[in-house]
Amino acid sequence: MDTAATIRSQPLPPLTDIVGSELLKIRSVRSTIWTLIAAVGFNIALAAGSALFIAGRLSPDQRGTIDAVRLSLAGLHLSQIAFAVLGVLVISTEYTTGTIRTTLAAVPQRRTVLAAKATVVAVIALIVGIASSFAAYLTFQALLPDGDSMRSSLADPGVARAVTGGGLYVAVLGLLGVGLGAAMRSSAGAISTVLGLLFVPPILLTLMPHDWQTTVGPYVPMNAGSQIFIIRPDAMTDSGLGPWGGFGVFCVYAAIALIAGFTVIRRRDA
Amino acid sequence: MAMIVADRLVKRYGPTLAVDDLSFTVPPGQVTGFLGPNGAGKSTTMRMILGLDAPTSGSATVNGQPYVSFRRPLRQVGALLDATALHGGRTAFNHLRALAWSNGIGTARVREVLDQVGLTSVAGQRAGGFSLGMAQRLGIAAALLGDPPVLMFDEPVNGLDPEGVRWFRLLVKSLAAQGRTILLSSHLMTEMAITADRLIILGRGRLIADTTIADLLASGPGVFVQLRTPEPDSAAALLTARDAIVTQLPDGALKVTGLGREAVGQLAAANGITVLELSSHQTSLEQRYLELTSDVVDYQTVAAPSITAPAAN
Repeated sequence: MDTAATIRSQPLPPLTDIVGSELLKIRSVRSTIWTLIAAVGFNIALAAGSALFIAGRLSPDQRGTIDAVRLSLAGLHLSQIAFAVLGVLVISTEYTTGTIRTTLAAVPQRRTVLAAKATVVAVIALIVGIASSFAAYLTFQALLPDGDSMRSSLADPGVARAVTGGGLYVAVLGLLGVGLGAAMRSSAGAISTVLGLLFVPPILLTLMPHDWQTTVGPYVPMNAGSQIFIIRPDAMTDSGLGPWGGFGVFCVYAAIALIAGFTVIRRRDA
Repeated sequence: MAMIVADRLVKRYGPTLAVDDLSFTVPPGQVTGFLGPNGAGKSTTMRMILGLDAPTSGSATVNGQPYVSFRRPLRQVGALLDATALHGGRTAFNHLRALAWSNGIGTARVREVLDQVGLTSVAGQRAGGFSLGMAQRLGIAAALLGDPPVLMFDEPVNGLDPEGVRWFRLLVKSLAAQGRTILLSSHLMTEMAITADRLIILGRGRLIADTTIADLLASGPGVFVQLRTPEPDSAAALLTARDAIVTQLPDGALKVTGLGREAVGQLAAANGITVLELSSHQTSLEQRYLELTSDVVDYQTVAAPSITAPAAN
């Protein structure tokens, strides 16, 4: 399409206006607020529950091997769904309601619109994710009995990285959702896909030859991404790439989804 | 000059030609009606003008530029495409504020347009609870946000109550009187007849007529005579022998063009044909529109059988 050349020759509208508009859109629907509150609430509740009811029931054996930081962040395993869905909905509802035409008539620079949406999702997920991870970690520590062997501090090796990593993980997951939502234009389709990508490979791998779990396991999306909030990797999460390497693999998945999303929004009729 | 220009627009969806080599100009200072049966390509054309759908070939420009080149499009073109395209969970005020923000338009203007369309009292309500009429008003408010010189409305009066229809008619007329360019689509000729100055009539994606209301009426067989008789076949034969054009209406009456009422009556009397009803009629815009589009509508009811094909039309 020759319009691409025309767009480039024109000055872009101020990005702050487009990001501001998208930020207003996302915070002016109640589902966003409730989704985020549920995510934060669950992260903290599970951390409190783990400290109060799980920690004391672990065998001495388990206590020696368990990743206590990961246990305090266990709420992420559920709350991640909220961030993935938020990422999908921010673009897919524009297609399901038809407001995408209003949006693109107001800002015909389509990739700028999608970039603004991705930015808003990533920043919200990062802030809420980091804040709720710290809250979960600190709640867990506060509720453990004095002198418990699972106690740690943010100054211990890897702990601050892991707790911050919880926020990084959900931010990139939100971007994966934005990419899939833009590429598929359907809420149901994109939500099923993102949840399938997260949860199906680890389950399937338990049925596969054992060495697949250690060779393929650490590279499937959720296992790769979760290495950033894990202190002691297990067979399925030990890629040998380290926390940042594993997280990098996860970022590649999100990048592929975003490239697909940007391609579709530019090429297809709205 | 604020104008919309379509230049040989073509839009093909697989084997279907939705818009077929369509060229027209929408001038400022007038209400231009964009008329055609459902599926004629009106909405597709509007989406191409707004850069939402890419033409298969041809181009559309607004004020001489392709829409996608605008930096603040809402200040150039306001459009209402589909009033029901709203996020049900967002309030009317926030819907407009988000749109306004993306084009650097302030909140004061949002309140102004809400007031103008009469939605101020429900501005804080979520759009999910809006009736179609309220949604149309919100869509009209969105189109007015940037105070643009060009406005496009796709079927804007759907769902409006009679007072709303009248209000909208006065609104677009006043916008045109301010020198703005107005393109207004509808599949109803009756509404167009009282709102539009000019008409662009589409059928199956092709341009059927680009004309004024007066010219459209003048171009057709304006006056016709309706003759009801128990002997339609012999009456038709006599009338066509006198160069009249005769068609049979669904109720059995004959529609005669080319001969006056008196001539038809005298002809019937001279030949001993019983006349049950004889009356003269003026073709309405609605009829003229139906005549123009009758051979291009996708689905139509069974046509009235024609006793003699229209000679030269």
